[in-house]
Amino acid sequence: MRNALSQKILEHVSRWFVLVVFAVLLAFPFYWMLITTFKRTADLYTLENNPFKFNLPPTLDHLRLLFGQTKYVMWLENTAIVGAIVVGITLVLALPAAYALTRLTGRWGQRMGIAIFLTYLVPPTLLFIPLSRVVAILGLQDTIWSVVVVYPTFTVPFSIWLLMGFFKSIPRELEDAAMVDGLTRLGAFVKLVVPISLSGILTVVIFTFTLVTQEFVYALTFISTENNQMLGVGVPTFLVRGDVYYWGSLMAACLIASLPIAVLYNLFLDRFIAGFTVGAVK
Amino acid sequence: MAVVETRNLTKVFKEGELGAVNNVNLETREGEFLVFLGPSGSGKTTLLRMIAGLEQPTAGEIRIGGRVVNHLSPRERRIAMVFQSYALYPHLSVYNNIAFPLKAQKVPKDQHSKKVEWAASLLGISSLLNRKPRELSGGERQRVALARAIVREPSVFLLDEPLSNLDAKLRASARAELESFHKRIGTTTVYVTHDQVEAMAMGDRVMVLNKGVVRQLGTPTDVYDHPADTFVATFLGSPPMNLLEKDEFIVGFRPEHLLPAELVPQAVINFRLKVKNTEYLGAEWILYGRVTEGKFEGKEVVSRLASAGSFQADQVYDFAIREEHLHFFDRHTEKRTEPKVLAWQ
Amino acid sequence: MAMKESGSGLEAKVPPEVVGVKTQDVDVAKVPWRRTPEGRARLLGIGLFSPAVLYLVALIGVPFVLAFVYAFTDVKVGSVSSHYVGLENFRSILQSPSFRKALGNSFIFTIVSQILVIIGSTILSVALKDRFHGRGFVRFLILLPWVAPISLGAIGWKWILDSLYSVISWVLVALHFYKPYSAPMWLGEPSLAMASVILVHTWRLLPFSTVIMLAGLTAIPKDIPEAAQVDGAGFFRTLFQITIPMMLPIINVAVLFGIIFTFTDMTVVYILTAGGPYDSTQVLPSLAFFTGILAGDLSQGAAISLFLVPILVVISYFMLRMAHGAEIA
Repeated sequence: MRNALSQKILEHVSRWFVLVVFAVLLAFPFYWMLITTFKRTADLYTLENNPFKFNLPPTLDHLRLLFGQTKYVMWLENTAIVGAIVVGITLVLALPAAYALTRLTGRWGQRMGIAIFLTYLVPPTLLFIPLSRVVAILGLQDTIWSVVVVYPTFTVPFSIWLLMGFFKSIPRELEDAAMVDGLTRLGAFVKLVVPISLSGILTVVIFTFTLVTQEFVYALTFISTENNQMLGVGVPTFLVRGDVYYWGSLMAACLIASLPIAVLYNLFLDRFIAGFTVGAVK
Repeated sequence: MAVVETRNLTKVFKEGELGAVNNVNLETREGEFLVFLGPSGSGKTTLLRMIAGLEQPTAGEIRIGGRVVNHLSPRERRIAMVFQSYALYPHLSVYNNIAFPLKAQKVPKDQHSKKVEWAASLLGISSLLNRKPRELSGGERQRVALARAIVREPSVFLLDEPLSNLDAKLRASARAELESFHKRIGTTTVYVTHDQVEAMAMGDRVMVLNKGVVRQLGTPTDVYDHPADTFVATFLGSPPMNLLEKDEFIVGFRPEHLLPAELVPQAVINFRLKVKNTEYLGAEWILYGRVTEGKFEGKEVVSRLASAGSFQADQVYDFAIREEHLHFFDRHTEKRTEPKVLAWQ
Repeated sequence: MAMKESGSGLEAKVPPEVVGVKTQDVDVAKVPWRRTPEGRARLLGIGLFSPAVLYLVALIGVPFVLAFVYAFTDVKVGSVSSHYVGLENFRSILQSPSFRKALGNSFIFTIVSQILVIIGSTILSVALKDRFHGRGFVRFLILLPWVAPISLGAIGWKWILDSLYSVISWVLVALHFYKPYSAPMWLGEPSLAMASVILVHTWRLLPFSTVIMLAGLTAIPKDIPEAAQVDGAGFFRTLFQITIPMMLPIINVAVLFGIIFTFTDMTVVYILTAGGPYDSTQVLPSLAFFTGILAGDLSQGAAISLFLVPILVVISYFMLRMAHGAEIA
């Protein structure tokens, strides 16, 4: 008869086994990026060498190439700038909208909220063709402004939905008390609700920023010049000269771009889940 | 049916801190309804969960039906448990909720419907078998939880505050149902609650716990009329017992025994009270007063009366109490001591 | 005193002379609705969400309609005027073998990867449910595929699956499954390429799905698995008969999102195989890109991408039904 103790041991071992297998499978490509970044080209392209070892001493050549001879830094800058501006636009549009839909429009407002959320489901791969025409007509072609204008189409619905979740968790009585004390509705929103939701707003900022950095289709479609390109498109496109892939620098580029985002994302994930579950479970 | 015993049972959650349960020794009687009574944080639920096998003790032994069960899983202990929230499986019908333990214990399929119907009829829920838990009222859910517990014919029942989620009106009738249920099946039952009214009404014996330590184990009469220490004395009874310090002792008496002097024959102790406040509760009055003279001058006491006559605030009245209604406790240990003859006035 | 029962309780009908308050006659009808607190609040609400709504209508609604318009015309990049061509675009793409392959691939990739993701994330979320030392770090590692920009993760895989220098090939050769230099071309042979695309999609979606499942798992009250334990259910019975059925709503959410993200994605295919070899890994969005943007045939590209709409409608329907169900429950 299996007793409680051996049962527990079995559970522990299986759990660790599962976790190790999945963690390795999921994180392996990044580990591989790390190794490739520092391996000499000769080492990389010699088939007989064991790829898991440094057969030749490590090198910083790929990093030098990446930062010295490519527009990588420019892409980082472009992405950062676009990210910041899009975050701003998103907050300006989404904060008031989320508040209005949570507090001020009743059942009708809930339906609007669902409608807005549904627009998030309309994919870039459907809209990018007409939007390419719109961008051309507006004369924003091949500039970062093209994506600045278009990115809020997916960051705004997502942010509204997330913010609605956060606002719903704030008791109505707080604003009622503020209005009894003399604030207007709008005043209560600006002076009370926004400060209280700061952590939720910060979460929205982080997630909006990561959505911007991950985007590919629009940047690929609207921007063609190397100097104006974003990170996600620049790396796979311009670090390939002809048919030759500069794998060392490519992997370095991927790693450097991915890690900071990953750290930020993890820090805010729990808050995001809290907002998500409140929003979903009414 | 079995006897539950614990020896030196201890549970420490954080090293260096006081345990949630400290050295508890108990032994139930066959078929009795034993209540673990105590405030929140007293360790009563932890104790119950250790008996169930949901928590592992830090030290000590648990025996059920004579055999040591420390290393056994809950299923192997042949106990049944009713949780505070009832923990009904929301996606299963009432029938499947009750049948679940049978499936889990690999009882042959042809016996399922017979046993489920037996348990359901015992609790009067045969008409609800096709419903889902969310369609049921609080009282009905309790009955389903009980049916699920009893269908396995366990040797011990464990109940964790099953009435606390019901609203006050329902509680009384649910309590009565639990009592008649226990009479019918007679299985040894351990019942956890913080409500002393429930404990007194339902328990064959009551075990009063505080901070993980057993203060007293006895019948309702024992714990109410002969409390072992000041904690038990004040925890049972509402309003709580009046406690007055004198020299090395604490003197206690229950509000219902502190009455107007003319109602107390052979009065021994007299109190002159200035009434501060009265509360009319419908069936009785509560009177808050301050002693105006004698050794206990200035102390505040509470009295409980069937009718208030014409007591008015800020007036002084004569109250009295009989000697046999006095309890004495040692001032330092707070434990019960022999009655003393004291110079009162 | 007469007692009148109303919705929320018993209201005593009190004769006016008993209550010491005098009521004043206010002609409520005279105040216009927009001046009442309720009206003002409503107007403020409309004012607050209008900018967002207008923006979305302009940049999602209008292009959405335009996509339909283009599909029925002959507009190309750089064309000055366009003409209505009826169903011509649809006819020609339906006849094209690349389109039929892309349509099939879209479904195959999505369905297979979703199945793998659901199984994997269920297992993983159960393993992650309880706290343990280092859980934060493990979670960090597990989230990496989802957090990294899609294109960068795909490029990483392209290197791992490289035709000559793939580390997978090296390992297989070292284990003697293949002779040196004869390991398969992971991205070069049609069926292997398809498998590779499915692999990358699964790899990318697993973390996202796991996070959602974890949220669902933690929402199950602690009492329920304990009751199952007391009832005698072992680990697997509790998992399959209690835990997973209770997680079904959240699994639905994860599946619906997963389908959208995979079905409408072009990045993985574009970077990994560019649709090749010979269109064997082409999917609807990537084909739309190649046709509409690279080749410049906007109207055909639009027509191809419109085939995404039926799936979106179906998914939206299910999502709405679930949201409605959650409201009722």
